[in-house]
Amino acid sequence: MVKQPYFKRRLSVLAFVFAFLYVPISVLIGLSFNEGGLPTVWSGFSLKWYERLFQNDAIINATINTLIVATVSTVIATILGTMLAIGVEIRRKNGRWLESIIFAPMIIPDIVLAIALLSMFSMLDITMGLDTIIVSHVVFNLAFVCSVVRARLKGFDWSVVDASTDLGASSITTLRRITLPILMPAIISGGLLAFTLSLDEFIIAFFTSGAGKDSITLPMQIFSMIRFGVTPEINALATLIMFASVLALSISQRINRGVVS
Amino acid sequence: MNFKNKMSSVLIAPAFLWLIALMVVPCVMILVLGFFQRGIYGGIEYNFTLENFQLVFDSLYAGIFLSSARIAGTATIIAVFIGYFAAYAIATSPKKWQPTLLFFAVLPFWSNYLIRTYAWIVLLNREGLLVGFSKWLGIDGGIPSILYTESAVILGLVYNYLPFVILSCYAPLARMNPDFREASTDLGASNFTTFRRITLPLSVPGIAAGAVFVFVLSIGNFITPALLGGGRFQMIGNVIYAQFLTANDWPLGAALSMVLIGIMMILLMIQASAAQRSIGQKNKEQLDG
Repeated sequence: MVKQPYFKRRLSVLAFVFAFLYVPISVLIGLSFNEGGLPTVWSGFSLKWYERLFQNDAIINATINTLIVATVSTVIATILGTMLAIGVEIRRKNGRWLESIIFAPMIIPDIVLAIALLSMFSMLDITMGLDTIIVSHVVFNLAFVCSVVRARLKGFDWSVVDASTDLGASSITTLRRITLPILMPAIISGGLLAFTLSLDEFIIAFFTSGAGKDSITLPMQIFSMIRFGVTPEINALATLIMFASVLALSISQRINRGVVS
Repeated sequence: MNFKNKMSSVLIAPAFLWLIALMVVPCVMILVLGFFQRGIYGGIEYNFTLENFQLVFDSLYAGIFLSSARIAGTATIIAVFIGYFAAYAIATSPKKWQPTLLFFAVLPFWSNYLIRTYAWIVLLNREGLLVGFSKWLGIDGGIPSILYTESAVILGLVYNYLPFVILSCYAPLARMNPDFREASTDLGASNFTTFRRITLPLSVPGIAAGAVFVFVLSIGNFITPALLGGGRFQMIGNVIYAQFLTANDWPLGAALSMVLIGIMMILLMIQASAAQRSIGQKNKEQLDG
């Protein structure tokens, strides 16, 4: 048995940190079930605020917009990102600049990309809306899909591809029958990751959405609502979103891990 | 081989062009835009000028840069301090608990940034729990709410980026060879001396990575000042946003962005090269040993 010095001190550090991390979120979740909606008085358990949520047109429209943005940008990013990953991996050697361009969207702070895109769209006189949000989201989604698929390709046994070609399959057939099925879990996992990132993304969407009311996504709707203070409805919405994103990410991780191990 | 390369180019091309058109070109455009004049009714006049940069270093905007740096710096110091001790506490916990503790330390990071920030509005507002709690404790009239002050912004930044600091500080602590610490204690060093001379220096790469990350994301932060600072309180990200969307002075917005992006990129590059060097050193040590 190893001696554990400072056991109490360690425990109190951990207790403090976990309280700091979880009390705000827990209070939020708790209040979303509070009948009266007041933060300081508990007046009984209720799902009233969740029901209210589903009657709020602004929130429903914003949710639909978000789903459109996330779905379309994920589909584009998954296709392009998978192609990119395969293309980069079958090459003997990649230039450093190509590698940096692929990695850049994951490293550049969101605000930088958001400002750059906003100024480009403004300068080119492009009317901004859902379509500009979608093409902008593809930029970072692409990078994430590509990195997940590439990780899977690192352990890929290329001799199966050679075998398929030797047996007379065309490169398209090989891709369709051999490469893609093997990569599928990574592609799905990368796609789910992209979908979640896109659902949650606020800054780039906010900067590239233009002024129109029709292009408000859910995070933008939340942003404008919470600027005016606390309402029990936002508590309920926040709770739902938190669970949804944690769930999606765990599924994405599980699909990918299940195959690796 | 030639065929493979051709196919690889075909596969790479669409994504590559997408990234060029929507990442590289916009970033270059910002670089160019900052040198043009503002049109009378907004928009751009294509005449070369340096006056946007003179404005950036003018007292008003330089002041906002400095106060953003001060806020980001304060948040960084606090986050690194708390995060390091949390990582240390996790790294010295029994081995079988460590993955679980780490998982729960990072879990909040997976939830939406806006919502994590909003949670503090719920806690801090005038009818919120903290003020209510202080009244309940019998403090006369309750403590004043800190919502919509600089402290609230700093608190929000620390809260949002703490999980990342814990993660980045944990990595070197978990990798650290326990023999070093044991040797130090055996040679008569006190626990504090061992910590100061052995543990702390060896965890510098993790601390540096965490600190740079928090600082870069804090100084350019847009959401936290807008929400927890109220409208009254501006950081550079909010000012840039206003130049583009309300003040309609794009060249000035571009010049401000360029300076901000420059600061961020320099810090990220210093950190990346430092990390590379420490990896190189480690490889060398392994070869020597």
